[in-house]
Amino acid sequence: MRVLIPGISGAMGRLVAVRLKEAGHEVIGIDRRPWPNAPVEMHDVDIRKRAAEDVFRKRRPEAVIHMATVTSLVVPGEERYRINLGGTRAVFDHCRTYGVEHTIFVGRHTYYGAGSDSPLFHTEDEPPMALQSFPELADLVAADLYAATALWRYPELTTTVLRLVYTLGASGHGTLATFLRGPRVPTLLGFDPLFQFIHEYDFVSAICLTLEKRPRGVFNVAGPQPVPLSVIIRQTGRHILPLPELLVSMAIGRFGLPKLPKGALEHIKHPVIVDGSAFKQATAFQHKFDDAEAMRDFREAFPPPVKGAKR
Amino acid sequence: MASILSDVDERLSRLEIPFSRYGTDPYGVSRKHLAFSMKALGILYRYYFGVRAFGLHHVPPRGRAMLIGNHSGGIAVDGAMVIASCFFDLEPPRLAQGMVEKFMAEVPFASLWTSRTGQFTGLPEHAVRLLEDDRLLMVFPEGARGTAKLFRDRHSLVNFGTGFMRLALKTKTPIIPFGFLGGGEAVPTVMNLYGIGKLFGVPYIPVTPYGAAFPLPVRLQIHYGPPMVFSGDGTEEDEVIEGYVDEVKRTILALVDQGRQQRKGLLGRVTTPRERIGASDVPSKEGGS
Repeated sequence: MRVLIPGISGAMGRLVAVRLKEAGHEVIGIDRRPWPNAPVEMHDVDIRKRAAEDVFRKRRPEAVIHMATVTSLVVPGEERYRINLGGTRAVFDHCRTYGVEHTIFVGRHTYYGAGSDSPLFHTEDEPPMALQSFPELADLVAADLYAATALWRYPELTTTVLRLVYTLGASGHGTLATFLRGPRVPTLLGFDPLFQFIHEYDFVSAICLTLEKRPRGVFNVAGPQPVPLSVIIRQTGRHILPLPELLVSMAIGRFGLPKLPKGALEHIKHPVIVDGSAFKQATAFQHKFDDAEAMRDFREAFPPPVKGAKR
Repeated sequence: MASILSDVDERLSRLEIPFSRYGTDPYGVSRKHLAFSMKALGILYRYYFGVRAFGLHHVPPRGRAMLIGNHSGGIAVDGAMVIASCFFDLEPPRLAQGMVEKFMAEVPFASLWTSRTGQFTGLPEHAVRLLEDDRLLMVFPEGARGTAKLFRDRHSLVNFGTGFMRLALKTKTPIIPFGFLGGGEAVPTVMNLYGIGKLFGVPYIPVTPYGAAFPLPVRLQIHYGPPMVFSGDGTEEDEVIEGYVDEVKRTILALVDQGRQQRKGLLGRVTTPRERIGASDVPSKEGGS
């Protein structure tokens, strides 16, 4: 199958591309970020520009895996809105115009939002919550909802919207891995939310399986059962730095602490846990790597920094 | 007291909860946190309050069930002691999972300890999920209005919500009614400070004649009644549901009355022979007077 991947140069995009190529698919990538020595055909174009449409027209992909969305950790401000919303619109427009059969939107489970009145194990029919406390999430939520409109707007196109949990593994990419990067990981004193993550190889497997089974609709994708944040920090060899909420909101981005928007604190205060059973039913997906393996692989690739030589 | 502490670990191992290698279940219920809190609850249950639980055999040993009862006492002594009775005196032990007021999720430590011990925010989604997972749910349909009862109203019931009944019908769950006695004497609320409570982010702060709402070592009683099963699927008209709820309410009032006849004096000395399950390590003399 000829598969086009916008956003291929991200850590997950590369893994998906390599896996698909090994499985015998023809993979074409679109990304302005470089992928040196890429094993697949690359187009250094902006998904929102005319040149990207040319790739659709000339190469006529049968399936598209849209991974060109960014979080507030990577791109701040209005540019992120343009990439996430303008880019998603362009992808679906081109898919329709150039007869793509199947489009996969790779979204995130943080769509549901973290809040005190938010239940554990969200199902796909739940609306996004807690956007007022974390407006930096709004464009991703909007992109997710927009992608789902393709289900009724373009019935001839099979659309799959995936809401995947955090990833962890040797690449060290992703929101959770970024948060765990330093030697000390700040937590909010008196809070220890559950976190849900999947090994990055299982993330790739889930996307490849979606390509194969072509389930239509919106699906949460989850792997092993959720784990408290404190366990993740300890198992990856980091130290827990419990701080009062007020102090954390002032100290974030300083003293070697990870840089986060204020609303992100809700995500280390309350859990976002999804029910992945509908996806398992539709595709027979089973995670191969458990939580311990995911944490171990991350820890081995990013060993806890050794304490400075000053002491 | 040593027996309680060693008892906890043995009983924990017999709970039907799938703990992972990190000691947590899919909902984040933690073996470590349970062990700690059950030890504390056990001391309160056996020695401080000397709780007497009657009719525990009505609580099914496994499978979904809803414990429905009256609120008794200005702070969550009632819920804590129901949890303790199901853990210490039920064979095999079960974890009763209550539905916590929403404000708790914003309170540091309280949020952590309630969720790690299986006491989740009172959302219908949580209730349905736990019941479908065949857990034991504990619900006080009076809600926060029930804990706000003053000393003089301690044996009465305020209005019941009807949500629990629709959930029970929807999930085909038997209701185990229980009457809780003594909480009103343990925390004799004379007034509730709603304004100051708001400042601290809680619904109200109860005030007792001696000031703070520190519970007194009063004998408490829990009377469990036979399971009640209603027919329907939860989509019935309000009148039908309210009829069912009234039936549960009357049953609970009868259980409370039954307990009042056995309880003598404000400190709650019990005068009838005990019929409690697993009463072997209870102090043989009833103190408290």
